[in-house]
Amino acid sequence: MKVTLTANGSEVAAEVEDRTLLVHFLRDAAGLTATNVGCDTSSCGACTVLLDGRSVKSCTVLAAQADGGEITTVEGLAAPDGEMHPVQTAFRAEHALQCGFCTPGMVMAVVSLLAENPDPTEDDVRTALEGNLCRCTGYHNIVRAVLAAASGRRPS
Amino acid sequence: MSILGTRVVRTEDPRLLTAGGTYVDDLRVPELTQAARVTFVRSPIAHALITGIDAAAAREAPGVLAVLTANDLDDLPPPPPDDGGGGGDGGDGGEAAPLPLGGPWTEPLLAVDRVRFVGEPVAMVITTEHYQGEDAAELVSVDYEPLPPVIGADAALAGESLLFPAAGTNVAVTFGAPADATTFDGCEVVVERTIENQRLAPVPMEGRAAAAVWAAGKLTVWVSTQNAQISRFVLAGALGLDPDSIRVVAPDVGGGFGAKIGLDRDALLVAWAAKHTGRALRWAETRSENLLGMTHGRAQRQVIKIGGTLDGRILAYRLEIVQDTGAYPRMGGFLPFLTSLMATGPYDIGTAETAYRVIVTNTTPISAYRGAGRPEATAAVERAVDLFAVEIGMDPADVRRINLVPPDKFPFNSPCGAVYDTGAYSAALDKVLAGAGYQELRAEQARRRERGDVRQLGIGVASYVEITAADAAGGETARLVVHDDGTATVYTGSSAHGQGHHTAWAMLVQAELGIDMDKVTVVHGDTDLIPLGVGTYASRSLQLGGVAVQKAAVDVREQARRVAADMLEASESDLELDVDRGLWHVRGDPEASRTWAQVAGHAGEDGLAASVNYTEGQPTFPFGTHLAVAEVDTETGKATMLRHVTVDDAGTVLSPLLAEGQRHGGIAQGVAQALLEEMRYDAAGNPVTGTLVDYAIITAAELPSFELLASETPATINPLGAKGIGEAGTIGATPATQNAVIDAVSHLGVRHIDMPVTPERVWTAISDAREGR
Repeated sequence: MKVTLTANGSEVAAEVEDRTLLVHFLRDAAGLTATNVGCDTSSCGACTVLLDGRSVKSCTVLAAQADGGEITTVEGLAAPDGEMHPVQTAFRAEHALQCGFCTPGMVMAVVSLLAENPDPTEDDVRTALEGNLCRCTGYHNIVRAVLAAASGRRPS
Repeated sequence: MSILGTRVVRTEDPRLLTAGGTYVDDLRVPELTQAARVTFVRSPIAHALITGIDAAAAREAPGVLAVLTANDLDDLPPPPPDDGGGGGDGGDGGEAAPLPLGGPWTEPLLAVDRVRFVGEPVAMVITTEHYQGEDAAELVSVDYEPLPPVIGADAALAGESLLFPAAGTNVAVTFGAPADATTFDGCEVVVERTIENQRLAPVPMEGRAAAAVWAAGKLTVWVSTQNAQISRFVLAGALGLDPDSIRVVAPDVGGGFGAKIGLDRDALLVAWAAKHTGRALRWAETRSENLLGMTHGRAQRQVIKIGGTLDGRILAYRLEIVQDTGAYPRMGGFLPFLTSLMATGPYDIGTAETAYRVIVTNTTPISAYRGAGRPEATAAVERAVDLFAVEIGMDPADVRRINLVPPDKFPFNSPCGAVYDTGAYSAALDKVLAGAGYQELRAEQARRRERGDVRQLGIGVASYVEITAADAAGGETARLVVHDDGTATVYTGSSAHGQGHHTAWAMLVQAELGIDMDKVTVVHGDTDLIPLGVGTYASRSLQLGGVAVQKAAVDVREQARRVAADMLEASESDLELDVDRGLWHVRGDPEASRTWAQVAGHAGEDGLAASVNYTEGQPTFPFGTHLAVAEVDTETGKATMLRHVTVDDAGTVLSPLLAEGQRHGGIAQGVAQALLEEMRYDAAGNPVTGTLVDYAIITAAELPSFELLASETPATINPLGAKGIGEAGTIGATPATQNAVIDAVSHLGVRHIDMPVTPERVWTAISDAREGR
């Protein structure tokens, strides 16, 4: 079947198998390889992207379901002049990433979290990120980065 | 002011945050544009004979290019002959590591006539498209004749069913002395207990992955590994190729935690198949494959015995280990050697004994997992100390203080054969106790106990010493080149997979040469550019690879001094490098200066370059104390971690930011082992935690923020004063957390709960204690 969607502002159309997952459509048809696959049970959140402004695990969405939709991945987050999004800036300032594999999904989950709850507590952040796994950071600095991005405070 | 010791954000991050890393499955290099997909057919049975494989239907399936089985491996060199070593009694395990034992225990690439664990590779399906491989793998029909599975230490030791009939036993290694009946003679109190250090899955967020191309007599392999150079030599041996005809590239690697040291048989097969079929191939495992196919860690059954005086002096300690190494003795055969070496931990104990047996079972092979033998040692002795303390009715922190190696005894020869280099053990303990407010925590605990609160408070303390760069003599390489545009390139044998080497090595260059770290490019993990190197594991990188970079920088600086002296027509001894500005000038005349670009441009054909292979004569021994505070609901058994306070002293800190990240990550994995994670099998050898739905990997919601306290006791054996920090977290946090949960219910009569201390286990322990069981 033919799937047409907008990924980071650009239209992408491809003929794919009906069963094609959105994450594979993004990686293979759209060439957006930042979004990673970290599990096969919708547990890890490495594949989190925004679909029409809401975060989804793109391994659990068929490309067909996203037909006509608007996708944002981490590649589409920075400003056109290259300036990083405040969440990206906070992740760097607070050392909220190490190997980087969970990072694209984690950042998109945080963008979605802050859109829904602009002023979260530490508990809110920890609960909201339960579906995004990171094996490197122990989450400590991810939580700090989210709180820093939320408060808009200058990076330390 | 030197950049070393300051908080510098990472150079790696902008790329990882805006474009994402380039992991094996992301590679879009020309050689791989037509790459076919590899899908493995894996054994669904723990122990069976293979009586037939029918791949006819799979070969007819859409997109299938080939189906390969052990019969196709006829172009490989035969396995090395059995030299008689490594089997049964007398194999010492230490010499062979990290290589498999070989001989009767040899591990095939694809299963030949027998499978020994669920997940063992049996066949490879090669397809043009991604999804076709999973479809076709389903069509490969393998006939299995089940054999009695060997699951757990008792079944292995009973030896009624053997994994390797030619070996005649399931015990691959036996080491250490039998118990001496007099060891505990002078002790007023002796406590003995059998405890489990459970099997864990490493779960790097990127699973295993490899891609390979054979072209013009050269094999190129991209692999998610901690050591490209070691991988090259393993490939050369397994495939019968000259190492010079192999290029191994480690692109971005999404975590390793010890389970990506070298490369597994699966990746060897991808490389072999690329040569065998002449096709570019790519493989990236699924998470469910990863939980079964990637090596696991820990898996020790320990018998701890501790004795001492009623006033708290520990006099004797014995540790006996049964190490489950899974279906094939890989590095698992070596891990209990490290556990034994570190058995007595940071304590000055007069008499110690260790002994171990390494067994094979029908489970996934065991190898290194963050700490690799040392967390097991610390977990054992820290449980033992707490059991001893409660038996004599003394505060566990006081027992530790009495027995810690005092500062005037370094270097300290441990009774287990380690030489602890430098330390301030009781200072670390006291700093943590003060930072946590220990007395107030105990007072709050007492109040809750008195009131009989449902939610009780537990305080767990664990002091540790660990060994880092245990293979210091293996060294590490660095090559530094300063170019005539004033930039520099570092080629390092270390191999970052999240640690931040690119930032740290650039900091070292800036500190020595004054070349701004933004102008320093760090290259790792490409054997064409860096043929020799060891890689990243065992908390070795900074103290070996980092020192190598620093020494290369010093060498380049002295070369540059000669060149600059020539340019400025001055004597070398009058030349100074202004590190803040990155300029060479004559002493007393800072205005007439030369830039690095000018000096490198003047340096002639050889330019400014230095290669260093830095080896060290001995390892280093970081130490510290962790304190965990747990709240346990005595009605449900659920433990919640409230606080985690640590001192992790790894010598002089080069990058506080990177060191902090290492500590955080390790603590989380330590808490995870204590509370949640366990790779479990049923009696038939079926994994029951084979997906991330079942395997309880820790999340943000189960952890508190961590309270890190600073302590720096420099190492004296290397010029940076550095020890390793990568594994401190799992070593200290695991027993601190376990001790905290047990401490919360110890007043109810509970003395021990095996890890993971799940609500069910805690609830059962409380019930048993109340009923006097």
